[in-house]
Amino acid sequence: MRWRQSRFPRLAGRRCRQADEVRLRSYARAWKDVGMTALLLRDLKLSVRAGGGAMIGVLFFMTVVAVIPFGVGPDLNLLARIGPAILWIGALLAALLGLDRLFQAEREDGSLDLLLMQETPLVLTVLVKCLAHWLATGLPLVLASPLLSLFMNMDVSAIGATMLTLLVGTPAITFIGAAGAAIAVALPRGGLLVSILVLPLAIPVLIFGVSAVYAAIQEPAPFLPPFLFLTALTLVFAVIGPVAAAAALRASTD
Amino acid sequence: MNEQSLAIRKFSDLANPTRFLALSGAVWPWMAAATALFFAVGLYLCFATVGDYQQGETVRIMYVHVPAAWLSMMCYSVMAISALGTLVWRHPLADVSAKTAAPIGACFTFIALVTGSLWGKPMWGTWWVWDARLTSVFVLFLMYLGLIALNRAVDDPARAAKVGAILILVGFVNIPIIKFSVDWWNTLHQPASVIRLDGPAIDPEFLRPLLVMAIAFTLLFFTLHVLAMRNEILRRRVATLRRLAARSAGRGASGPATAGRGEGHP
Repeated sequence: MRWRQSRFPRLAGRRCRQADEVRLRSYARAWKDVGMTALLLRDLKLSVRAGGGAMIGVLFFMTVVAVIPFGVGPDLNLLARIGPAILWIGALLAALLGLDRLFQAEREDGSLDLLLMQETPLVLTVLVKCLAHWLATGLPLVLASPLLSLFMNMDVSAIGATMLTLLVGTPAITFIGAAGAAIAVALPRGGLLVSILVLPLAIPVLIFGVSAVYAAIQEPAPFLPPFLFLTALTLVFAVIGPVAAAAALRASTD
Repeated sequence: MNEQSLAIRKFSDLANPTRFLALSGAVWPWMAAATALFFAVGLYLCFATVGDYQQGETVRIMYVHVPAAWLSMMCYSVMAISALGTLVWRHPLADVSAKTAAPIGACFTFIALVTGSLWGKPMWGTWWVWDARLTSVFVLFLMYLGLIALNRAVDDPARAAKVGAILILVGFVNIPIIKFSVDWWNTLHQPASVIRLDGPAIDPEFLRPLLVMAIAFTLLFFTLHVLAMRNEILRRRVATLRRLAARSAGRGASGPATAGRGEGHP
């Protein structure tokens, strides 16, 4: 029973706020009763409710896209041409913005220790947390993209292609970002570091996402190859990300 | 941790930092001498051979640029092997190796980028093109800097090593993906690519100095790496000794009987 002494002090030694207690109790109940589905719902609720900050990402996305015309000028033809790329870059930055909170709140209130002690494999827990994070922060970006496409003067096929590629591509950013978030979880100012570590790794996602959109709107290039590569990237990152994140979480709590 | 060392006694004996210090202390002057020798021969060959009939004297930049680019990749491979050593075997020297290789790798990548830029100006008429190779090397440079930043951000060396090793391995898996996607992106955006020297088509006249310089750069890397590892081990020892001294000094302040011993302790 060594862990009783070594892992609980952060929980026991500190007077939990009532919100923390509610969180912890509901976490424990969630795992005991229904497992991963409950964890998913739990994380979703927490991120949607006050203090969760899921909608901040969408706001940031809108702000980034709104700022672009001030930089490049209000020429509608130019905006239509660079629109898909702008939306993708905006979505990438907005997805990175919320990533540092992925494990931070759990570490602060101590429930990360509970997560680590679960019987469920940690990789699975991380995967579920990633899914919840994507549903709360990634999916709103996808849903907001058609509206922002109108600001960029894009036509219907470009809007559809952008939305589709964002739908398939943003989970990849969340998965690979989870690895970065887990690596930086114990750092005092991890947020900026997460972006620095994750952005180079997310370059392939950006390349294939934008190529797929341009392939869809420019005639000679076929749409399917880059789109399938994007799908493959999401699947590969769905494996690499949670495995690396689980390893990093274990390493950071030793 | 100490209980399990019975089974791997031989291996941990090999990993003993003191033994490493003794061995590397005996070996590194020879490595440095070999590096200097190869550099002397390589540099002589570089300037003794004729220039390219098209590129003129600027082709000599290649003898620095290409080995540096090779080493930027080899250094990451060395870091990936060290990361495996940290995570799989808990080798005490592996994290020292991974940590010290990162700045050296970043330097070689920087040299490759700068010389490539200097070579690009007379050849292509611009300092920088978003060519697939240049872009991938630039991304590699960013990854090196991210790793160094992570190492500096975590204060506990053991935890920094583990977390850094995970990031190195994730990057190692990702580098082929990044390379492939950048190639894809480049063919999409730049159908007419820049002129480049093809590997097999290179003349033996250029190949000889290039190979000598490549060996010289590799030796230089290993010499610098061994020396950096020695420095890192010594730095950690100094930090440990300082901590011990501070602890015993603190104990000395609370109890007057042990004050003299606390101050005298290194």
